[in-house]
Amino acid sequence: MFEASDLNQRNERVQWLFKALFLLMTCLLILPVLIILTTLIVKGGSVISIDFLFTNPTDGMTAGGIFPALLGTVWLVTVALLISVPLGVAAAIYLSEYAGNNWFTRIINLAIINLAGVPSIVHALFGVGAFVLFFGFGTSILAASLTLAIMTLPIIIVATRESLQAVPLAFREACWNMGATRWQTIRRVVLPNAISGILTGVILEVSRTTGETAPIMFTGAVFFTPFLPQGIFDQTMAMSLHLFVVSTQVPGVPEDLPYGVALVLIGMVLVMNSISIAFRMYLRGKKKW
Amino acid sequence: MKESQPAAASAESPIKLEVRDLTIRYGSTTALGNVSLQIREHEIFGIIGPANAGKTSFLKTLNRMDMFDSNMGVQGDILFNGRDIRRLNNVYALRSRIGVVFPLPVGLPMTVYDNVALAPRLSGIKDKEELDVIVERCLERAALWDEVKERLDSLGSLLSGGQQQRLTIARALSQDPEVLMLDEFSIAVDPVTTMRIEDVLKELKEEMTIILVTNLVQQARRLASRTAFFLDGECVEIGETEDLFTGAVQDQRTRDYVEGRFG
Repeated sequence: MFEASDLNQRNERVQWLFKALFLLMTCLLILPVLIILTTLIVKGGSVISIDFLFTNPTDGMTAGGIFPALLGTVWLVTVALLISVPLGVAAAIYLSEYAGNNWFTRIINLAIINLAGVPSIVHALFGVGAFVLFFGFGTSILAASLTLAIMTLPIIIVATRESLQAVPLAFREACWNMGATRWQTIRRVVLPNAISGILTGVILEVSRTTGETAPIMFTGAVFFTPFLPQGIFDQTMAMSLHLFVVSTQVPGVPEDLPYGVALVLIGMVLVMNSISIAFRMYLRGKKKW
Repeated sequence: MKESQPAAASAESPIKLEVRDLTIRYGSTTALGNVSLQIREHEIFGIIGPANAGKTSFLKTLNRMDMFDSNMGVQGDILFNGRDIRRLNNVYALRSRIGVVFPLPVGLPMTVYDNVALAPRLSGIKDKEELDVIVERCLERAALWDEVKERLDSLGSLLSGGQQQRLTIARALSQDPEVLMLDEFSIAVDPVTTMRIEDVLKELKEEMTIILVTNLVQQARRLASRTAFFLDGECVEIGETEDLFTGAVQDQRTRDYVEGRFG
């Protein structure tokens, strides 16, 4: 009664074949990550030390540490976040909760998609024109962070809008029906349930911002400075640009130094992403509906 | 006091809600055409009819929820306590006087306590003791207090379906509404809970006006003093509920529907 017919057997074989194929593709995906990490650890692991992280570069950047670059990146990312998060979250709340389905909304959505598609070098040139020259911020952390903020705004807007949209409409309607205004509904029901997704989006944005090079190299990050930034109008070194510089621009750098810089940079990004993933898992565990 | 009056709505009871020539359209499709009816204080007014009859659209217009649907066009007059709500600026005050219970229970993803305290908080009550009293009273009246009094801190959205529906009723009662609208409340609720809620409604009509939309004709018979029959966007008949069931109807379609020949 339950003997496998020829057709059953063939279906079974085909199904096995496709499963194996998809598994192979998935493994190929992991391969580059593994190779990159292994190479960096093998070739650059030896230079990593507390001193490396917390001292200035010496001998024309062929020795010493990376502290100014590390601190500069923290500055750049923090200032960029302070600008892009309030702006992006506010815009996303408007688009998700208030905007009607009209030409204005469609234009804004189109603009967001286009903004996400602009190459980072174009953002860099825009940053030079707008922030460095027109607003007169000069090459400074402020100009660089503004450029980064504009570049990552679409990520924040889209992530926030998605997590707002994930809150069921029935919750909003229940609230409106009892006489709540839109804002009361957003504050008491929508935002508390969307906050995890918004924060995940923000953390992903941080990891992307950390690695960007082009947008900062004309707007605020410098080749080398022995001084640590004191405020947002100072220039600064940055990890990503520093990696570019020691890899290609400075003669006589020992081979393991750029690998060490890259390892720290990728380590920062991985730590951010891990926080984001852990956070998402934690919140998914207490999914509320 | 309201309680001192005889609860049964009679022809002399004041009119709570009056609808004149109400027509509801979605785009160019008419969802409900030319409905005129009056709902009296302290009555349970039943609305029966199959799907797509326009019942839910009708309820939506009564508390101006049509505002959220730009596709929805409403014509006609709706008078609440004699005031035309189509020309009302403060729709929030109107909505807070009308409690709504949906077909599917909506336990908001906050604690049981916060679910019931939400409406009072929205209206500005901050005092913890006052909120405690309201929460207990509303849960009590919704026949849920005994089941949740030990776990007011657990999430409302994690209660069982029947409990969530009673939570929704408690939440509607927390607004201290003058009108309670129930839209097919028993669709996702087991029969025992349905009967408990029906008992609750019989008590509640002493204090408020209830509009009961249902596709269970027997439920309308058990609860409603008067009933309207909606069919395909038309209000076919309005009458004393018993008349509808004993065959004293004007329209053959009403008899067919009530006797289960279609729908």
